[in-house]
Amino acid sequence: MTRIVLVFLGAFAAIAMSFTALALLPSLQLSTIEPTPGTTDYTYDEQRGRDIYMREGCMYCHSQQVRPAGFGADQQRGWGDRGSRPGDYVYDETHQIGTMRTGPDLHDIASRQPSRDWHLAHLYQPRSVSPGSVMPAYPYLFEVKRKANVQPSEVTVPLSAEYAPPGDSVVVATHEALALYDYLMTLELEPLDDASNP
Amino acid sequence: MPDVASSSSASASPPPEESWRRVVDASTRRPVVAFIVSATVWLLIGSLLALIASFKFQFPDWWTQQPWLTFGRIRPAHLNTVIYGWISMAGVGVGTWLWARLLKTELRGQWLLLLSVALWNVGMVVGTIGILAGYSRSIEWVEMPYAAFAFIVPALLLVVVSFVQTLRKRHVHHLYISVWYLGAAILWGPFLLIAFLLPIYSGVPEATANWWYAHNILGLWITPPGLAAAYYFIPKVIGRPVYSYHLSYLGFWTLALFYNWAGVHHLVGGPVPQWLETVSITFSAMMIIPVIVVAVNHHMTIIGHFKKLKYSPTLRFVVFGAMSYTTVSLQGSLQSFRYWQEVTHFTHYTIAHSHLGVYAFATMIAFGSIYYIMPRVTKWEWGSPRLVSLHFWTTGLGVGAYFTALTIGGVLQGFQMLDPDVAFLTVVENTKPWLVVRSVSGTLMTIGHFVFAYLLYRIVTQSGTRPEGPTYFYPVPEGTFEAAGGNGQPTGTAREVEAESDR
Repeated sequence: MTRIVLVFLGAFAAIAMSFTALALLPSLQLSTIEPTPGTTDYTYDEQRGRDIYMREGCMYCHSQQVRPAGFGADQQRGWGDRGSRPGDYVYDETHQIGTMRTGPDLHDIASRQPSRDWHLAHLYQPRSVSPGSVMPAYPYLFEVKRKANVQPSEVTVPLSAEYAPPGDSVVVATHEALALYDYLMTLELEPLDDASNP
Repeated sequence: MPDVASSSSASASPPPEESWRRVVDASTRRPVVAFIVSATVWLLIGSLLALIASFKFQFPDWWTQQPWLTFGRIRPAHLNTVIYGWISMAGVGVGTWLWARLLKTELRGQWLLLLSVALWNVGMVVGTIGILAGYSRSIEWVEMPYAAFAFIVPALLLVVVSFVQTLRKRHVHHLYISVWYLGAAILWGPFLLIAFLLPIYSGVPEATANWWYAHNILGLWITPPGLAAAYYFIPKVIGRPVYSYHLSYLGFWTLALFYNWAGVHHLVGGPVPQWLETVSITFSAMMIIPVIVVAVNHHMTIIGHFKKLKYSPTLRFVVFGAMSYTTVSLQGSLQSFRYWQEVTHFTHYTIAHSHLGVYAFATMIAFGSIYYIMPRVTKWEWGSPRLVSLHFWTTGLGVGAYFTALTIGGVLQGFQMLDPDVAFLTVVENTKPWLVVRSVSGTLMTIGHFVFAYLLYRIVTQSGTRPEGPTYFYPVPEGTFEAAGGNGQPTGTAREVEAESDR
């Protein structure tokens, strides 16, 4: 009869301990951490882009975590010049570190691919710029309209003939596509001053 | 809490033998059927979502016009429906039946449990539609919006209330190990969910909390009912007591103490404090102890009775699951080491591992348990041994092929990613054949699920003429299952295995 109490108390103590250590302590330990150089709070558009990144589940194929030197080949692949640091994530309300690399890591994407034309074409039709890619296309982040109806303020997506809409229509980026691009351009790892380069 | 214990154990006078089992089983009928049928509906939905997600790797331009069908929404919808819909509700359904049986008392709070099923289903509908409509929280394993958990957390708490009420009225002195696992899980599940839903995390600490949570949902919420069922059904069906009670206690406490520290191994090599990774790797390795203990205990129980696997659907599914538990856990311990994480983290290998756990272990044990429970609560029999056999082979071979393909594909993917001379798109190209195997094996498993759902529909509605006797794959030689009272027999007649534990 006391045994059932023992089971419950033991089970409770076990989980309470690991909760404290693995969930609460890191919050305390990292609560005073400074943002790394170049890490700034998101603007309205960037945050909106981040929300779209989360909504469309980009995380399930793209990590945001460059591995340290000597662990994996991220840096040799050109995915970043240093490993990611906790200070890179201080403005991330919801972390998007990710656990899968069906696609490449994106934590330093702004350094290696800053071209807006490339990103918009890639989002509209990944295979137009990355042959063999298995990434989904996101046509719903774009509009197809007659060339004559395009406003000067709108951004047209340059596409190769194979993927361009027929006739005198063009592909125009919606605000969502542009916001997503703005967010991707915040993903940049600047070098750190201290000598240690993990 | 002390009250709970003292008030009840005094009344250790179960209803007369023979009839008590029928009374107890009948008292669980409504909630158990409701949970199991709901779980199965979510299994079908989750399977279809999985197939869509998988085939998108072969046809990336298929169904891209509709935002709600994009891969990044379908995939989390699959995970949430199978974890919170299928395996959690199946676990509660099976657990409820076991709870009343092992405490030898009628189930209390039946209406609370029925309310719980209703709330739970509403939560799942809100959550699944929420993810597909673009309201994912984008936190792995808890993508469903808060609105969904506003239904699911109360649903869980209602289960707790019913379990505690039943526990207080128990008619046994000795608590069998399955009761320990179920009792602990019913405490751990709500604790985990509530602790991680607190809006106190962000940045890297959120990632560690995330994996503390996600790993423990597997180990402390999905695993314990699976082990509880294995500990009950293996001895029950073969008709001999579990090999060692002492080992079962050791296995329980080592799981309780070690498992919940292991989760942060999902972030090895990541931007988390070093000590966290080291702690998690250490405890992951220590998990070898509970796993070996459980494996030895089950093996020593069943040894000499393997021929019974030929006949009994319950035994076949449950033993398949128990063996997968050993495999997946040993694999989990080994893959937490830095060297192997460097290769396999970020690859399809991890997906293979998680399906070995949730599917080959937990889901197969749930199937086996349901094959045993349903005839007892519906007073009907399974319509067709051939369809049960089809269910076993499609799901068994399906998950086998799934695991093999993604493990090989994932390891190759990992080694190629470690070699900077292999272009990334070449790595992608080389994984494609393995992903085709995944789609094919997923189709096989889904066919099995529809067969199972059909059988479940037939038994719940008591369709056709009542099939004769318990359901076996083959005609059973005289005396095979005597000691256990048969596999599918509506009421046990011979001596009860769990009753022996009262000595």
